[in-house]
Amino acid sequence: MVEIELDGKKVEVLEGSMVMHAAEKSGTYIPHFCYHKKLSIAANCRMCLVDVEKAPKPMPACATPVTQGMVVRTKTDKALKAQKSVMEFLLINHPLDCPICDQGGECQLQDLAVGYGGSSSRYEEEKRVVFHKDVGPLISMEEMSRCIHCTRCVRFGQEVAGVMELGMSHRGEHSEIETFVGQSVDSELSGNMIDICPVGALTSKPFRYQARTWELSRRKSVSPHDSTGANLVVQVKNQQVMRVVPLENEAVNECWIADRDRYSYEALNSPDRLKQPMIKQGGQWTEVDWTTALEYVANGLKSIAADHGAQSVGALVSPHSTLEELYLAAQLMRGMGSDNIDHRLRQVELAPGSGVHWLGVPIAELSQLQRALVVGSNLRKDHPLFAQRLRQAARRGAHLHTITCSASLSSPQAWAMTLSSSQVVPSQAWLKTLADVAAAVAALKSVAAPSLIDSLGASATSEAAAIAKSLLGGDRKAVLLGNAAAHHPQASVLLAIANWIGQETGATVGYLTEAANTLGAQWVKAQPQAQGLNAAQMLGGTLKAVLLLNTEPVSDSAAGASAATQLAKAQMVVTMSPFKANMEFSDVLLPVSPFSETSGTFVNAEGRAQSFHAVVKPFAETRPAWKVLRVLGNMLGLQSFEYNTSQEVLADATRLPIHLNNAAAPELLASAPSATFQADPVVASIYQLDGLVRRAPSLQLTADARQALEGAA
Amino acid sequence: MNASQILSQFAATGVQSCFHGQHITPQIYADLNGSNWRLKDYEARGGYQALKKILGVDGSPPNPDTGVAGMTQDQVIATVKESALRGRGGAGFPTGLKWSFMPRQFPGQKYLVCNSDEGEPGTCKDRDILMFNPHIVIEGMAIAAYAMGISVGYNYIHGEIFSAYDRFEEALEEARAAGLLGNQILGSGFSFQLHAHHGFGAYICGEETALLESLEGKKGQPRFKPPFPASYGLYGKPTTINNTETFAAVPWIIRNGGAAYLACGKPNNGGTKIFSISGDVERPGNYEIPLGTPFAKLLELAGGVRGGRALKAVIPGGSSAPILPAHIMMDITMDYDGIAKAGSMLGSGAVIVMDDTRCMVKSLQRLSYFYMHESCGQCTPCREGTGWLSRVVDRIEQGQGREEDMQLLDNVAENIQGRTICALGDAAAMPVRAMIKHFRPEFEYHVAHKICMVPAYV
Repeated sequence: MVEIELDGKKVEVLEGSMVMHAAEKSGTYIPHFCYHKKLSIAANCRMCLVDVEKAPKPMPACATPVTQGMVVRTKTDKALKAQKSVMEFLLINHPLDCPICDQGGECQLQDLAVGYGGSSSRYEEEKRVVFHKDVGPLISMEEMSRCIHCTRCVRFGQEVAGVMELGMSHRGEHSEIETFVGQSVDSELSGNMIDICPVGALTSKPFRYQARTWELSRRKSVSPHDSTGANLVVQVKNQQVMRVVPLENEAVNECWIADRDRYSYEALNSPDRLKQPMIKQGGQWTEVDWTTALEYVANGLKSIAADHGAQSVGALVSPHSTLEELYLAAQLMRGMGSDNIDHRLRQVELAPGSGVHWLGVPIAELSQLQRALVVGSNLRKDHPLFAQRLRQAARRGAHLHTITCSASLSSPQAWAMTLSSSQVVPSQAWLKTLADVAAAVAALKSVAAPSLIDSLGASATSEAAAIAKSLLGGDRKAVLLGNAAAHHPQASVLLAIANWIGQETGATVGYLTEAANTLGAQWVKAQPQAQGLNAAQMLGGTLKAVLLLNTEPVSDSAAGASAATQLAKAQMVVTMSPFKANMEFSDVLLPVSPFSETSGTFVNAEGRAQSFHAVVKPFAETRPAWKVLRVLGNMLGLQSFEYNTSQEVLADATRLPIHLNNAAAPELLASAPSATFQADPVVASIYQLDGLVRRAPSLQLTADARQALEGAA
Repeated sequence: MNASQILSQFAATGVQSCFHGQHITPQIYADLNGSNWRLKDYEARGGYQALKKILGVDGSPPNPDTGVAGMTQDQVIATVKESALRGRGGAGFPTGLKWSFMPRQFPGQKYLVCNSDEGEPGTCKDRDILMFNPHIVIEGMAIAAYAMGISVGYNYIHGEIFSAYDRFEEALEEARAAGLLGNQILGSGFSFQLHAHHGFGAYICGEETALLESLEGKKGQPRFKPPFPASYGLYGKPTTINNTETFAAVPWIIRNGGAAYLACGKPNNGGTKIFSISGDVERPGNYEIPLGTPFAKLLELAGGVRGGRALKAVIPGGSSAPILPAHIMMDITMDYDGIAKAGSMLGSGAVIVMDDTRCMVKSLQRLSYFYMHESCGQCTPCREGTGWLSRVVDRIEQGQGREEDMQLLDNVAENIQGRTICALGDAAAMPVRAMIKHFRPEFEYHVAHKICMVPAYV
């Protein structure tokens, strides 16, 4: 530790820290633009010039290393004069168009200009004009004259997103932030550049000119998409979500969110929203009131259960639903005497699980890993923020190994991080490839491999040996199974081999897990516990009455288009959704709240339960799904459906502690795996994950979305 | 391009280059005629003797103190320190001291870089060294590499003098073929690989850290310091960067000893220095003279002010050095300390002479435009300030100046100075402030009368 004196206060910081870090620690604000705690130091804005004793010139606080006994003054004449002169330079070519600038009111330049700028300008020459750029559907670069060349966006691309999509071209006054000729910014984390831009140069395209920042109420929420559980600040005006930005949480999403988390709000205001309950009669949809709709559903369920038995009723639920909704849906089914409930719509191997599959390590530790083997994951697109964490680990020298199937994931460019090895093999061969690694581990450690490994004909190939050797070295290591590995027809065998490798190398084994509440769904047992039908069986057309909660099986399940024809065979299909969805095969549509209009809880990949409130009132006749399920329970005469708040539901749902467990059945290692198969695991592409992202127009215009559509066509 | 073509080019510009008898005790330019640049010619002038001496392969008896032939690394550095050789690129940092900063025991790769990115307006000394005496640079670099235990070097050559790059490549081939570069040089245990690299003409790439960035294949933008190149240089490894002329001075020092070199100049300012004289003199060109020679003598060597006109002002050290009026110039000696005392700097040794027909506003307009054009745009004061300065001077020159403009210019320049990542900001600011300081009435005249004080520009 080094002690320095900052504005008369003693501050102790780690050796190698900069003056800026000491200032942050002591709560002294030093004005700055280019410095950002998560990015490398550029020292190019010169706003943080401070007075360092014995230094003849003012020194940039962000790039001046502390030394023992250093005396720094941030408010002397020398420092202030330097800061004010830099502010003057920054403003001479700035358009000063704050009244029409989207950043106005939340602009670092505007704020600091109040403190350090003059009330009029001495600059009377012509101002620089910078041509606007089109970089895609998410970021607006219409007013690049506002840019102050701090290069935060450039460094973000290089260091956090892993792809340098923006750069500073040209020289001197002609310097411009732009993409390579004709290219767009396609990173799945690109929206963060808007947050870190200290001026109004990069702004949100969908939000452009929609509201002024001071008109917005800020409300906390949690992202309903991937299993990160990114913390959000949802900004609201007139009961409408106008914008979503990150809420900093170092343990979860740091200060970043994925574009999916940021722009999916567009779907909340989509014309596709369901306004009122609807019933299909004679092929015609008619809007009805809630009483009629709920009576129709309750009577339907009762009579079908009476006619065909409770086993003919089932529920398919989305793992993007809240814990409370999933719990009540499960209670509803079990209360009626049916074990037919499942959230694992894209999975193929559907053993009744015991423990809750999870990440295996806290999310924050992903950044600290030294060794990782990622199996069956399109990590960047499936889990943009986990990918970001592993990228930071790789930048610190971690060895990352991957086993994937799609050719697009082969190159280090596709991963946007340094990979030590990358094996691209058909998904049918993953078992063998992972078994090769196990065989190599066995060979290196001179232990006997389980008979499964031998029965797969595994051998310590040179690639496998390299991975094994790497995993046997270092501390803090993990084997991570991606969505494709979880949805794999032999998922449990993959897990068994991964567990054996983990046990022998000291690596933790974990599932990245697909959705915002995959863990929650397992926790509240939204999957068959005994003899119930699983998702694949229910989608196979065996049910008479089906309840679909927040899910659209055609897009959300492994069954795909066949789900529609199979479900259409049922006597009654009830869709609970915020959208006009499943209309082709449903009989009743019940408008239920998306995450923004209900209170609820998501349990993320590390098992962190994060509750949130509604940020706006429900749209039109929409009602929170937990209330709808509660009333349905009452109408069916079920026990213990007397909840008045979602907190009461939560208390019941979480009465049993979560049992995080990635163990595989030991007998799997002893026997040869079952027969081979052809189909690849079903994994949603980045902007097809759930109903919200599918209906966000701007996200659908991105290169990632277009590519996925072209691939599907 | 052959030597005669190049010489005819020089002739056409009226510049004498370095082939004239007006040098005083020349060391680098001695006995050059434009065609005797090859290895055999250089060796005939005593070339590579210094390298052989330090490697102990010149046949001289072993050192009585150490019992080993040749010189140790410490002895080489001590000799250079003793010589008081100072960096010839502009900053004048003591070379021996810089070499001693290099971590000798560093376990990884270290690099030696020669800065031949000669872009300072008025400067053309390195061009002539590389064209007509390239082996002296190779030898100097090899000696430096030996002294610091470096095995790989690069010579970064300005992209606008491409023929110098070609010439240097040819010289490298000769040296490699003769075993003077490469593995186990001259049968000793010392290996040194030297490569040439050319830039594309950006002035900023002459700044040492921008040069390193450019050498790494990136955009030439200076790095902030610390860390300095001696600890974090090329590819993040310890690196020493010296100017071409600095390296070219080293063989003579090793052959003749540090004391002899120091005796050549004056205390703390050892040896000879090449001055590139341009502007209003009879014989513009490169002149190698001992440091400490009076400016009057240098002017005389160059044939005096052109047409016998009166001397008005001189920029003594390249375009970024503050201008000095004639009465100050005629009293000073040409060395680092002498010029610094007079309020300017020796810089790269480009002496720009102006006679009494020169308009100072017009001159400053040209200078300020240059710095605006060459600012890399990385840091705020320089990116924004150079353009501001240039526009205001432009306006004054065009007769649209205002009374408060001189104060504004001085203040903007003051705000740039000392607040930038590299020295380009200072380089842009200093000429402005000096011009205003010494020739304020001329600016005021321009503002008041909307025309030049001096007769029509010639």
